[in-house]
Amino acid sequence: MTTMSPHSTDETMKPLSFWESATRWTMSVDHKKLGLMYIAAGLVFFLIGGVEAALMRLQLARANAGIIDPETFNQLFTMHGTTMVFLVGMPVLLGFGNYLLPLMVGARDMAFPRLNAFGFWLFIFGGMLLYFSYVGSEGLYGAPGAPDVGWFAYAPLTSRTYSRGNSTDYWILGILISGIGSMTTAINFIATAICMRCPGMTLMRMPMISWMMLVVAALVLVAVPVLTAAQVMLLFDRSFGAHFFDPQTEGSAILWQHLFWFFGHPEVYILVLPAFGFVSEILPVFSRKPIFGYGLMVAATVGIGFIALGVWAHHMFVVGMGPTLDSFFAASTFLISVPTGIKIFNWIATMWGGRLRFHTPMLFVTGFIAMFVLGGLTGIMLATVPVDWQLSDSYFVVGHFHYVLFGGTVFGIFAAIFYWFPKATGKMLDDHLGKWSFWLLFIGFTLTFMPMHISGVLGMPRRIYTYEADRGFEIWNLISTIGVPIQMAGVALFLWNVVKSLRNGKPAGDDPWDGWTLEWATSSPPPEWNFDRIPTCTSARPLWDKKHPEDPDAHYE
Amino acid sequence: MRKLQRPMVIATLLLVTCVSLMGALQPIALASSLIVDSDAGASKLVDAVQSGSSPKPNLEICAAPPTSGAGVTSIFEPNSPPAREIRDLSYLVLGICLAIFIVVQGFLVLAIVRGVKAARTAKDNPTTTSSEPQQVYGSVPIEIAWTVIPVIVVFVLAMVTIRTIRDIDATTPPEGALAVTVIGHQWWWEYRYTVDSGSALAEQTTLVVTANELHVPVGRPVSLRLESADVIHSFWVPRLAGKTDLIPGHTNHLWFNAEQAGLYLGQCAEYCGTQHAHMLLRVYADEPAAFDAWLTAQAAPAVEDPLVARGRAIFSEYACLNCHTIAGTSAGMFGPNLTHLASRDTIGSGTVALTRASLRQWIDDPDVIKPSCNMPSLKLSADELDAITDYLMTLK
Repeated sequence: MTTMSPHSTDETMKPLSFWESATRWTMSVDHKKLGLMYIAAGLVFFLIGGVEAALMRLQLARANAGIIDPETFNQLFTMHGTTMVFLVGMPVLLGFGNYLLPLMVGARDMAFPRLNAFGFWLFIFGGMLLYFSYVGSEGLYGAPGAPDVGWFAYAPLTSRTYSRGNSTDYWILGILISGIGSMTTAINFIATAICMRCPGMTLMRMPMISWMMLVVAALVLVAVPVLTAAQVMLLFDRSFGAHFFDPQTEGSAILWQHLFWFFGHPEVYILVLPAFGFVSEILPVFSRKPIFGYGLMVAATVGIGFIALGVWAHHMFVVGMGPTLDSFFAASTFLISVPTGIKIFNWIATMWGGRLRFHTPMLFVTGFIAMFVLGGLTGIMLATVPVDWQLSDSYFVVGHFHYVLFGGTVFGIFAAIFYWFPKATGKMLDDHLGKWSFWLLFIGFTLTFMPMHISGVLGMPRRIYTYEADRGFEIWNLISTIGVPIQMAGVALFLWNVVKSLRNGKPAGDDPWDGWTLEWATSSPPPEWNFDRIPTCTSARPLWDKKHPEDPDAHYE
Repeated sequence: MRKLQRPMVIATLLLVTCVSLMGALQPIALASSLIVDSDAGASKLVDAVQSGSSPKPNLEICAAPPTSGAGVTSIFEPNSPPAREIRDLSYLVLGICLAIFIVVQGFLVLAIVRGVKAARTAKDNPTTTSSEPQQVYGSVPIEIAWTVIPVIVVFVLAMVTIRTIRDIDATTPPEGALAVTVIGHQWWWEYRYTVDSGSALAEQTTLVVTANELHVPVGRPVSLRLESADVIHSFWVPRLAGKTDLIPGHTNHLWFNAEQAGLYLGQCAEYCGTQHAHMLLRVYADEPAAFDAWLTAQAAPAVEDPLVARGRAIFSEYACLNCHTIAGTSAGMFGPNLTHLASRDTIGSGTVALTRASLRQWIDDPDVIKPSCNMPSLKLSADELDAITDYLMTLK
């Protein structure tokens, strides 16, 4: 390390034993250690969820294949969806928020460090409880098995009658526990962003990502308790004979859908807004220009936050809500594309006239924009209610949300890892290998998910473990499956890159990308207390002002 | 700022022109689709794919169900008014989205090309260029433009959407529609032709109950009343109409009007448990005379052939009668009605073609054909199996 922090000379000289360092990590309330643990745990679950997806694609490569039996397949897609949403998306993004938020607003830690650690461990135990179902649950015929009710677990398929054994209870409790963890983290984010900003950092000088995290935290606080409440109701139905979702006894199966999607749709924005934040931080630095229309970006973010709470029933156009409700939710869904569109236009305008440096983070960010536009446009098609009557629950939907959540969120996460890895470890990731990873992921991703739109249009419903040979689905499914090993190669290359760079990566220095936000003003990795002296902030780009005293941003505010 | 403004203005003009053009074209397309119907030739693609399809590995005796060349389930091959309206709307939305896609990705590519070139120029001439490009913080007119234009685009989309929702509205079926109640079961379909169906049988009080193969008359609207006996299912025959869920405790409606005779395929579209994949839909659009004949035959009592009396006795002795109805013999409700089983093309909700061999296999052990389905194997002897299969094959 060229920029060894002067504060840690006494500690870093002698290497810690395994137990000593393990204790330090597990006992830590440091937002950076917790953030990194969130991300690392999320990546482990990402690999597990990826293997589940690969097994499904293997089964679907041919019509009427017999590689995986129906029960196992149904468990696979349930666990894949649940894992990717609750144990990959949420923790990795909350992990980045944890790591970055205090650094970027110039604070020494989160507002409530112990609550922060509590939230992390709840997530870990929730995830472990969910996966323990594979060995511990009593499924159909008494054999253990994971939940198999789909990640949105529609009633009454989840009732005692149709979901025997207790695998569904594992699903309820695992997600409920990690959900409580998410709520505590959200409270922490809000308190930190509102109360812990350094002198001079007004709300309208906060880095874009802090705004995104603030809105995400607000959405988590509104949406996740609804899911938790619904899960408690379901638990009562299953365990104590309540009848909330039991249509045989005046309960309502549709009530579950309303409650679930009231959580479920904001959840989509919870998963994508932080990635918007990564793009809004990385894109300006690699274009050498400030974000275009900061104020409008903030307004769009807050606007998305509000509208996201009023679109949930667009997941329910096929339940027969009637023309009035269908029309309302179609209109609100169209409306949310406006602030989302603004963001995309502003990003392109940020690139426009800049001097672009295509290092790996920038490559992933550009891929993000291109893919997310496609996912957004197929979203508009699905918001057109009659079109949704055809395409809902088809493979078109699977293609659509993977463009949003894989082409969008996951590409954003890779960009963020390549961008902030030097800050967190003091070592650079290999740029050459990183570009290989990007292109492999990009090609594999397109091969896998583009054909899904076509198989959906041809009439293939999602969540079927096999399909008829005469419908014209087979060729598109085969192409989808061919994309999988290419993506796996991209991920493997990335993991090798991480291991290699941790061992002997190029030293990063404090500010390898010539950045403008406060995290680049401290050492890499930052000391436990983040900043020796709490920084002051004069504009939305404090380090630009420091580097260009002749033309500071403060003049243009 | 000037540099940025000009292309933006051109782009917005282009976009507005595209959208308004398509808005204007839609009624014309609608009108023309009523006159000219270009849905023939769809089966060519299917034939090509079919020739390359693989046989079921573990079911040598069980042939794939007959599809009479109607394997297509594409939403772009409609043969019924709701499906056609949706197809036309899809084209409109697809066109608008494609236009937006091209404009946005075009600008992205342009920004990349220009940005990379600018970076190279700056690198080659470090003395003559500034250390950083010009810092642009935003532009109020441009930002207003790309807030207002999307609002206009989505307004157009919302209007067209709401109009089409009203047009297809399923709660008011067209006049003279044939009424059929569809009841979803794990994992098969029950169809009940109600007495007020307006057919030749209207005066009689007969109730026709059948399973898995829905027969409808060509050219007459069909109004489906959708219910579920257990979990949520979804009725989706893409060439006839969009899908609608079958929800326990909540009755839904769906209508279509098959305009050509033939077989229309589909399948359950809402995950409903283990065998969701084999809850296939088969809708037979028959000529009116053929339909009436079919309905009359279905309303007739079950055939009682004395040659297969032993099979009938076995059916009544064992647990079969707990789940299956055969008019005059049993009244079970959990499984498909078998009164006229042998008149159907398939068994297992469209999983395999109905032949003597496949039926015998099914009775022997349904798991071989449809793993984990709800029908148990009764462990009958070979002799009993033959007798009961022979009996069921007489139920024309």
